[in-house]
This record gives sequence, structure tokens and C-alpha cells, in this order.
Amino acid sequence: MDFDYTESEQSFRQEVQDFLRENLPPKKDRDEHFLKNWLEKVRERGWVGFSWPKAFGGSDGGLIEQAILKEEMALAKAPPLGTSMMGLAWVGPGIMEYGTEEQKKKFIPDILDSKVTWCTGYSEPNHGSDLAAIQCKAELIGDHYLVNGQKIWTTGAPWSQWIILLTRTDFKAKSKHEGITCFLVPMDSPGVEVKPIKNMAGDKHFAEIFFTDVQVPAENRLGAEGEGWKVTVSALANERSSIGEVTQMFSKLDELKELVRSTRVQGRPAAEDPAVRRQLARFETKIAAMKYNGLRYLTKQIKGEPLSSETSVNKLHRASLEIEMDDFAVSLSGEAGLQLKGGENAVSGGSWSKSALNWPNVVIGGGTPNIQRNIIAERILGLPKD
Amino acid sequence: MNFGFTEEQNLLREQVERFMREDCSLSKVRELCNEQQGFDIQLWGKIAELGWLALTIDPKYGGLGLKWVDLMVVLEETAKGLSPFPILSQALSSTLIDSCGSEHQKERWLPKLANGEMICAIALYDEPNWISEDSIKSSVTLKESSADLGGIKPFVNDANLATHLLVMAQSDDGLKIAMIEKTQAQISVQPTVDTTKPMASVTVNGVSVSRDDLMDCDAEKLDYITNCGALGTTAEMVGSSEALLSLTNEYAKQRIQFGAPIGKYQGVKHRLADIYVDLESFKSLCYFAAWCADDKPEEFARAVSMAKGYSSDAFNQIGIDGVGLHGAIGFTDEYDAQLYLKRSKWARPMFGDSNFHLERIAQLGGI
Ligand SMILES: Cc1cc2nc3c(=O)[nH]c(=O)nc-3n(C[C@H](O)[C@H](O)[C@H](O)COP(=O)(O)OP(=O)(O)OC[C@H]3O[C@@H](n4cnc5c(N)ncnc54)[C@H](O)[C@@H]3O)c2cc1C
Repeated sequence: MDFDYTESEQSFRQEVQDFLRENLPPKKDRDEHFLKNWLEKVRERGWVGFSWPKAFGGSDGGLIEQAILKEEMALAKAPPLGTSMMGLAWVGPGIMEYGTEEQKKKFIPDILDSKVTWCTGYSEPNHGSDLAAIQCKAELIGDHYLVNGQKIWTTGAPWSQWIILLTRTDFKAKSKHEGITCFLVPMDSPGVEVKPIKNMAGDKHFAEIFFTDVQVPAENRLGAEGEGWKVTVSALANERSSIGEVTQMFSKLDELKELVRSTRVQGRPAAEDPAVRRQLARFETKIAAMKYNGLRYLTKQIKGEPLSSETSVNKLHRASLEIEMDDFAVSLSGEAGLQLKGGENAVSGGSWSKSALNWPNVVIGGGTPNIQRNIIAERILGLPKD
Repeated sequence: MNFGFTEEQNLLREQVERFMREDCSLSKVRELCNEQQGFDIQLWGKIAELGWLALTIDPKYGGLGLKWVDLMVVLEETAKGLSPFPILSQALSSTLIDSCGSEHQKERWLPKLANGEMICAIALYDEPNWISEDSIKSSVTLKESSADLGGIKPFVNDANLATHLLVMAQSDDGLKIAMIEKTQAQISVQPTVDTTKPMASVTVNGVSVSRDDLMDCDAEKLDYITNCGALGTTAEMVGSSEALLSLTNEYAKQRIQFGAPIGKYQGVKHRLADIYVDLESFKSLCYFAAWCADDKPEEFARAVSMAKGYSSDAFNQIGIDGVGLHGAIGFTDEYDAQLYLKRSKWARPMFGDSNFHLERIAQLGGI
């Protein structure tokens, strides 16, 4: 057991820190060219798709360096390394694993160069947690497929150029996991209609999408017909180390402590209230637990042991922290905690009250807590499916 | 960066596992605790022979010169089967001697602790639920070549099993630790919920010790030994929780109600998943704290407080649910789940409960 970093790992960390000092000006000093320059520079360094094989334009980066990179980027509150979060997180890895040579050539460089933004068309109105039951239909007619159906909750649909789309090609398959097929579809195909949906925080990040007789060339199929479930599962498995999130949560905790120091409750400093002090300590403990869970799972991966569903452990912690930390801030601030940006007494510019309305992004978006518990119970503890 | 165990540590784990299976099964534990106050001199000899009492002791004094991570492996595994052997008390005693004793004292005592000839228990605090130098009211009056002890240590783990006791007391010259023979003190075993962790009150009024048997201590060292105690207790909680989760999980697969194993129902399976989440988490915190004990002393206090602050309450709830998820059978004396519930009650206040540790995390975190 050794939590220290090797010399080469430390010098990599130093390299990232030096880069950030030179290339990440404070928010107020960033002009309109900043983001474009930033994306080019991180790309030059080989940090976009850092863990991807060199053959595809990645850097073959090791798991620890990857964690260091994520950690330092999060510490510096740097912008993302690419404009297509989903492209980098699972569409790209999915194409590298299951795509044809043409698909790899066509899509991978654009993802790395932030030239296209991808969205993910999995959920449907009647099939969310039970994803494998999807009904959106694709039918092979000559050299193309005809797609009809509806997707919903598609994050980024209003501004994405491409969608990774899950459809059903076989309605008579023996199990619901068979008969699913995955496609890569341009969002400007005729017959695709996007209707943004406003969420409770007032934003329009996700949308419903209607597909009416949309023609998708057969060469845009990802993986074989009927193999879509496998493609999806293995692509989503790429979504892994939680070190970046942990770092973000530690900085949120620092902000929460700052808030506590400047808040009075019933006329007395909130920081003197033992219940407040313990709650902060519990948050800190849970975030630290996530950190060391993550490192323990990372060690397993490095040793070549397959991870099963352990990542659900941190997802559950993250879900509860995501709800509880903002909620704690809002509640601690009393009436002032209700005010949004622009309010005369808004706390921290209304950032807590706003983010307290945003927890479903994390808590529901990536599989609900109940589903994470089912995963742990069934895949790790071996309990019967319900 | 490596959060794994070495080949040697894995072998050590297997060795302890085998010992617990073959020599110290739960029925043996029950027998020991009901009839012999938790002790068997032959098995103690075997434990000593296997080297588990010598792990963290310097090779200069007959030890193996290993680390807390190694000791943690032993504590985790022995606690799976609720071993009543005072391995933790012994380890804390040798740690205390190592940090407070003179060269001469180390030479005199550590080899005998390493080979199990001396069995040592530590008597730190005098009041329940008060981890502070101020809680130590027992006194030692220094004289020319001897010293007189006075006071009562009401909650001493394993005092009845020990041959010797290390007694923390206040003197005109600061905190001292006296090494006394058990026979010098009055030991009164107290009835408690957990018979696998015997506890006694120790009265030292009028006990005279030679100056050679006194060690100097201070608040910082007291803090350190308390942290080691909290770490050891957490390692034991990891083992015990794992065993209780496994027992309850197996039962949930076998027990049929409404035509299906109860583990199919989410009221049961989700609770088991939550237990897994808590266990994984305080296990990670415990492993990190054990590493800090030897390799990152400046982080040790905070790391240990996180581990113990999380596990104390979590294990308590695991104990309750471990019994509850079994239904009535869990309530019976004959079934083992209840033994773990009792152990969780023991572990909760030991070396600081969650309130103590969470408060310390807040302080160390600048609040
Ligand atoms: C902010 C946000 C962004 C999203 N982005 C995308 C996206 O980009 N692309 C995409 O395809 N989807 C996206 N989703 C959809 C998301 O994946 C689904 O919302 C999620 O899988 C849950 O499905 P559902 O909303 O239909 O709820 P349901 O599945 O209907 O669940 C409703 C409730 O029932 C519970 N439940 C369901 N089944 C069980 C069970 N077996 N046992 C116990 N409880 C159960 C759930 O926990 C939940 O509380 C997004 C969602 C959100 C909130």
C-alpha cells in the first residue's frame, strides 16, 4: 500500500500545473478567443482522449496519469477538454470498439478536435430505467434503415450535430436485450424534430426528439444488427474514475465552509453549532470515502482485475451528496437562501438556490439510486432479480 | 500510487483466516466467552508463535518490524469471527511502550510482548465518553525511587486477561504511564453487552511502583495512542461488518417468503446494498488511515477520525439491520447475528464515538 506518487507521475502533475498557470487566465480575463485557443492547446498536448490509443489520435495515457489530469483540471476549475462531453465519454470509445474503419476515420478526429457535438438517444417516454425495452423502430429497406419513434430527455439535443441512437430492429426477439441496434445519425436528417424541454431550474438542456420516416444509411449502423445492447453497455462502462467529481465536491465543500463561517443562525455564528459542524464533517468524510474508494478501484484496474459494478458505490454517494450539500446551504441561510440571482439578499449570488434545483442532472440522469442499489444487490451480492 | 496489498500481506490474511476457521470458530468463541472469560492460553501461544503479536515491534526488540497495514489485516480477519483474544490491547501496549518508554524499558518489555509472555492491557481515560487529558483523574505521586498510584480506571478492555496493565496517570511532572502487574491492582470484571470484549474496572489505590516502571507521556502521545486505538477498532469493525453482511446476505438468498427468497424484495436487497456501500467506504477510509499511521503521520489524525467517525454509526446500524433482516431467528441467542450487534455496541464509543471524531474533523478542517 502506497499513496505516494512516483517521480514520473509527479513530474506529469507538475507539467499539467505549469500548463494551467500559463494557459488558464482568471475568468474575468478570458476573451472571446479563449475557449478556441484552450481547446487547441489541450489537443496539442495530447490531453483530449488522453487514454485513447495513439493510433486513433489519443495518447495511450495510463490510468494514474489520467486521474492526475482530471484532478488538476478540476482543481483549477478548467473548462472541459472538448466540447463534446458524450463524444469523448462514450461515443468515441464505442466507435473505436465496434465501429468500421470508415466510421473510425470519419468520426474520431472530429470528436478529438471538438468539431462536432454528440448527444445520446437512449431513453424513451415509456422506457427509462428499463432501457432495454425501448421501442423506437428501425427497419432495413435496401441500403438504408427507416427510423420511426420518439426519444426523450436527450441532453444537448438542441445544439448537437450527431446522435448515438438506440433502436429496435427485431420486435420478435426472445429477450428484450436482443433485437436492439445502434446508429450514428445526423441531427439534421429530414424527419428529425427536436422539442426542447424546460426543467425545474429554468434551463432547456434536454429535449424530446421525434423521428418520422428518417432514412439512416446502413453504413451508419454501429456494430452488428441486434448487437446494440452490447455496444451500449460496453460504451457506458468507459464512464469511470470519479476523481474529477471528487475534486469538484471538495471545492464545493470549501465554499460551504466559507458560507458557514459567514452565516449567523438565531443570532449566533453557525460555525459554533455542533450539528452544523458535524454535518460538514460528514460531508467531508463521505467525499474522502469516495476518493479512496476510487483509488482502490483504480488499483484493481491497474492490476488487471475487472471492475464489476463497484462504481455504483460512488454513484450512490455522489447522488446523496449532490442533494444534501446544496440543500444544507439553502436551509442554513433561511429566508435569504430562497433568493435567486439578482435578489438583494441572495446568498453567494444565488448560486446555492440555483444548484439546489439541479440535482436531478446527477441523481436521475445517470441511472437512479434505486437502480444503482439493484445493480449492487444483484451483480455484487448475487441476490435474485426483482 | 497503489491501494492494494502485497503478496506477503495476502498470505498473512490467509493464515489468519485459517486460524479462525480451524481454531477459533464462533462456537469456540462462545465457549471461551461463556466459560473462560474469553481466554485460552494454548491458542494465545499459537497466536504468538504465528508472530501476530510481534508485527509492529522493532526487530531490535524481538519484533518483525512491519507496519499498521499488516496489523490491520490481522485485526480485520480475527474480528470476522469475533475473536476475543486481546491482540489489539497488546498492540496498543507495545505502541505505547515504543513511543513513551526509555531504551531500557523497551529492552525489558517489548520482547516479552512480542512473544506473548506478557499480556498487556491499557488503561487510558477515567470517564466515559471523554477523550481528553482532562478526563484522566488517576494520579501518581512521585517519590525518591518509587511512586504511588491512586484512582480507578473504570473501563479497561481485557484487564482480566492481562498479566500486566499500563496505567495512565497525572503527576506533578505531567502525564505518566505505570507498568504494573495485574495482581497489584483490584480488578473487577463488569457485566457488559459484549462478552467477546471483556471489560473491567481497575482500582490502583495505594499501588506502589518502582521509578523504573514509569514512563513519561504527554498530550500528543496520548492523542497518538488514542488514534491507534481508533484505527485498530475500525479495522475490527471492517471485519465484523463484512462477516455480518455475508451472513445476512446468505440468509436473504435462502429464506423463502411469499414464494420467493426475501432477497428479491427491495426492502431487503436495497438495505443490503446500502450496507455494502457503507462497508466499502469505511473500509477505504480505514486502509488509508492505516497507511497514514506509518507513512503520513501529519494526515493520521484526520484520516483516523474519518474512518472511525464513519464506521461507528454505520456498523451500529449494520448490527441492527443484520439482526432485523433475519426476522425472529435473528433475535435468538443461538443464532450468531446478535453477537455482531453486540460487538457494534462495544466498538461505537471505543477511542471516541462519531460525535468526537466528527467534531475533530471539523476542527482540523478549519471550522
Ligand atoms: C438531467 C437529465 C439528463 C438526461 N439525459 C439523458 C440523455 O442525454 N440521453 C438519454 O437517453 N436519457 C437521458 N436522461 C434520462 C435518464 O436516463 C432517465 O431519466 C433515467 O434512466 C430514469 O428513467 P425515467 O426518467 O423514465 O424514470 P423511471 O424509470 O420511470 O423511474 C421512475 C422512478 O421509479 C424508480 N424505479 C424504476 N424502476 C425501478 C425498479 N426496478 N426498482 C426500484 N425503483 C425503480 C426510479 O428509481 C425512479 O425513482 C436524462 C435524465 C435527466 C434527469
